[in-house]
Amino acid sequence: MTAVENEKSTVTVTLNGVEIEANPGELLIDAAERHGTYIPRFCYHSRMKPVGMCRMCLVEVDSGRGPALQPSCMIPVGEGMTVDTESEATKKAQDGVLEFLLINHPLDCPVCDKGGECPLQDQTVAFGPGESRFVEEKRHYEKPIPISDTVYLDRERCILCDRCTRFADDVAGDTLIHFMDRGNSTQVNTFPDEPFASYFSGNTVQICPVGALTAKPYRFKARPWDLEETISTAWIDSVGSRVTVQSSRNQVLRLLGVDADSVNWGWLSDKERFGFEALNSEDRLTAPMVRVDGRLESTGWAPALAAATDALRDVDPARIGVIGGARLTNESQYAWTKLAKGVLGTDNVDAQLGDGLPVEAVLGLPRATINQACTPGGTVILVGPDPKEDLGALFLRLRHAVVNDGTTLIELTPTRTGLSTIAGHSLHPKPGEVDLLAAALVDAVSGDARDAAGVPADAIAAAAAAISGPVTVVLGRASIAESAAITVDAAIALSQLEGVGFLSALRRGNVHGALDMGMAPGLLPGRVPLSTGCDAFDQVPTETGMDTIAMLEAAAAGDLDVLVLLGSDPLSDAPDADLAERGLAGAGTVIAVEMLPNASTLTHADLVLAAAAPTEVEGTFTNLEGRMSVAEQKVTPSGTSRADWMIAAELALRLGADLGVESPESIRAEIAAVSPVHAELTEAALADGRVEGVLISGSSIQAPTASGSSTPANDAYSLRLVAARRMYDNGTMLQASASSAGLAASVKVTLNPADFEKLGLDAGTVVKVISGRGELMAPLAADFGVPTGSAMIPANAPGSNANTLIDASASVTDVRVERA
Amino acid sequence: MSYFNADNLETAHEIISRYPRKKSALIPLLHLAQEQEGWVTDDAMRQIAELTDTTPAEVKGTGSFYEMFKFHPVGTYMINVCTNLACQLLGGEELLAHAEETLGIKAGGTTADGMFTIEDVECIAACTEAPCLQVNYRYKLRLTTDDLDQLIDDIRNGRATDIPEHGTLGLVRQHVPADAGAGIVAPEQATERPVWLARNDAVAEGGEG
Ligand code: SF4
Ligand code: FES
Ligand code: FES
Repeated sequence: MTAVENEKSTVTVTLNGVEIEANPGELLIDAAERHGTYIPRFCYHSRMKPVGMCRMCLVEVDSGRGPALQPSCMIPVGEGMTVDTESEATKKAQDGVLEFLLINHPLDCPVCDKGGECPLQDQTVAFGPGESRFVEEKRHYEKPIPISDTVYLDRERCILCDRCTRFADDVAGDTLIHFMDRGNSTQVNTFPDEPFASYFSGNTVQICPVGALTAKPYRFKARPWDLEETISTAWIDSVGSRVTVQSSRNQVLRLLGVDADSVNWGWLSDKERFGFEALNSEDRLTAPMVRVDGRLESTGWAPALAAATDALRDVDPARIGVIGGARLTNESQYAWTKLAKGVLGTDNVDAQLGDGLPVEAVLGLPRATINQACTPGGTVILVGPDPKEDLGALFLRLRHAVVNDGTTLIELTPTRTGLSTIAGHSLHPKPGEVDLLAAALVDAVSGDARDAAGVPADAIAAAAAAISGPVTVVLGRASIAESAAITVDAAIALSQLEGVGFLSALRRGNVHGALDMGMAPGLLPGRVPLSTGCDAFDQVPTETGMDTIAMLEAAAAGDLDVLVLLGSDPLSDAPDADLAERGLAGAGTVIAVEMLPNASTLTHADLVLAAAAPTEVEGTFTNLEGRMSVAEQKVTPSGTSRADWMIAAELALRLGADLGVESPESIRAEIAAVSPVHAELTEAALADGRVEGVLISGSSIQAPTASGSSTPANDAYSLRLVAARRMYDNGTMLQASASSAGLAASVKVTLNPADFEKLGLDAGTVVKVISGRGELMAPLAADFGVPTGSAMIPANAPGSNANTLIDASASVTDVRVERA
Repeated sequence: MSYFNADNLETAHEIISRYPRKKSALIPLLHLAQEQEGWVTDDAMRQIAELTDTTPAEVKGTGSFYEMFKFHPVGTYMINVCTNLACQLLGGEELLAHAEETLGIKAGGTTADGMFTIEDVECIAACTEAPCLQVNYRYKLRLTTDDLDQLIDDIRNGRATDIPEHGTLGLVRQHVPADAGAGIVAPEQATERPVWLARNDAVAEGGEG
């Protein structure tokens, strides 16, 4: 053997007489597929551990001891292996396996949703025997049983491949479905009265190789051959999961996850998957509306735009504000920034609602990608919301990294999260003191451990000792009841860790695109400050404008003549409901640009411009890594609704300015021309990144500076509020999705059981929660995952919203809990 | 709400402590649950899930693989009639039909007085003595229908003293007290070779083992 051969980094396998080079350790089924030979399969799924359940992938393998049938999904390639996927023996095995699988299969393909895209159907045609010798009675089960509010299971069709159950257990960690009984009675099922209520249940429907699992939103809606599809980007949260959008007769009917290696690996949260229902909902705005005698009434575009123009013309730029924009495509965001900053001359633009982070914390710190966060052997420090609730697909990626790839997770969160059971270290600081904990953790790394934020020194030291490999901080707002400055201070402390990168956990759809397009005070497109200017803008504001909270305060004081709500609902989403109400009431003209009417629009908008939905426009989105990917138009806009960029262009025109934008493509060209970070953004690059997207890196934004604020101590009678998001809430989009709306749990006040005794209360008691700002009533619930001294109330849950208790100007919110 | 009574809960904790992974205690805990109530209730499975950091679906999925765990109440005497090949050839099915007729229930059912449950089972490994059955896991071999009538009559009148009246229970209760355990560690945490391996080596080398 020569030296060169010794260094050979691949494994040579003879596949059907042809030598191929495979990667060491690669499974035979994958190596064959990469080289153009598709071995039929049912149970194998490239993103899950192989189990060898179905035997469909049997091929003849000779590893030196003569040919034998082996399951290619369980066999790693070996040097000198000879494989025959077309031999007589292989064919006979395939025939046999299919004949066995079809013994109990009902063959009700004509009424099965999977018909036409069914691996069992396809592989039977391609590899099967054509005829069955089985004449006995097939196994019978009650036809589909609901195993959750969304998913139905038809056990007769199931071929027991273990894909759904493996997904639930290994990938999602929600082991709520399992094989039950054995032998001929083996079936997938749930425990009685414990439905498959997983945020990720839709994935099992997508990966089931037969029609055993079906999801309510798509059942009996279409046949696969009637569907048209296009690759696009999910818009519900900021992960930017890649999806296939499928439609029939101009209606979106289904979303499937696409396996993008850098993003979602084919998985979706149910919220991303089924969120399209909102776009088809009856509540969609189909035409502009104007308030007449206190009621919103339909009107035409001409009068609506004229009214909007009248409201905006000749107004002091300082008295105009724009709140929202995370729903928009990058192109629409650019057009709106150009309108607001370049034409109207106001810098009062904020795509976040006071529930996010300042620009410096997102664009001013070294960034990390999802794949970097998931580096085997690396460390993830979570300072932010529960990814399981806010960013489903990111949760699945992080979970995989921790469970399978030795990534260490250290949580610095106010309560237990969906990752706590697998976290190496779960440290729960007193709400409002995560900055102190972060600083203590950094000091502990250099050997100086101390108690901080109610967490003992030895726990901090143990966490510090566990830090290894590249470190990624997942950074977001864990609770809207504490000010953003506290999270920022924590980030500043953690930025001292060697080689650390930050992955933003801002949750809202295209909020990162909004920042890249300049939709924040002091910012211009291309991650540059106002002072850099923008060649394509006629003018650029000189003074840094107001953020959402400041705009609402100004409006409340009568200092805003026009407030534009760009797909935003401050009443429900801003941390301070009282301020939002006063702001909306005090603003001069409130113009909403909306797909669906929300609480703020319904009560306060004077004018509503109907916007087209994400599947109805062409454009791009930017995810939490800064990755840009295409969002294709699949159907035509609802009614006369228009793309947001068109609305901006039209308004500009009526105000005597020309945005100079004709199409999303022309806007992209302008972005590439003016933005230093988008210089490489070409149509060709986007087309190449059809699946993986295009990562936009670099930034001219300075790192944040410490706030220097300190959190006040609370008195012995009060509890400190934690207000976090839940996956299913009272959000407008979710509530307009027929099959998800009912999943939102009504509001509860969750305390550590130890605090019950102190307060003399029990779980289930309805209590009154009182803060300096307001009060709400809700039943009590017990959870050891909430530290003593804290009260957890979800933000925007049906019933009452925790934001009624919060004062946006205070750094933390203390509440008293009393028997109602 | 605890399903296990105080004694059994203590035993449950002891059982769990024997395993490096809590989940490994599933089967002994299912036995314990069945011992307490005669069958494995949903509440029992919920508590086992809690005790072992698993889900009730996992507990039921694991338990329901085993025929000897019952997920519904069974009679004081459980008659398992074999109808597998050898027994079938020698009258197992007739035996079953006779039992069904005599007791007025179908296989799988329990008499109204809670006395008998009949089950139709696969080979119970006594083919040479076919047709055969088990009552509370005690073998009755080479049975005729008359023998069966006699057996039922004996049981009814308290003459079948060789058969304990415990329905589903096994013969022995496996119980290793915590201090007598071998102290097994999880494979990924093992730093030394397991004790028993060292013992084997000693035997192989002809030393005292
Ligand atoms: S339901 Fe579908 S995915 Fe689950 S085991 Fe059956 S065939 Fe496989
Ligand atoms: S795909 Fe290999 S055994 Fe199922
Ligand atoms: S066939 Fe009945 S014991 Fe084996």
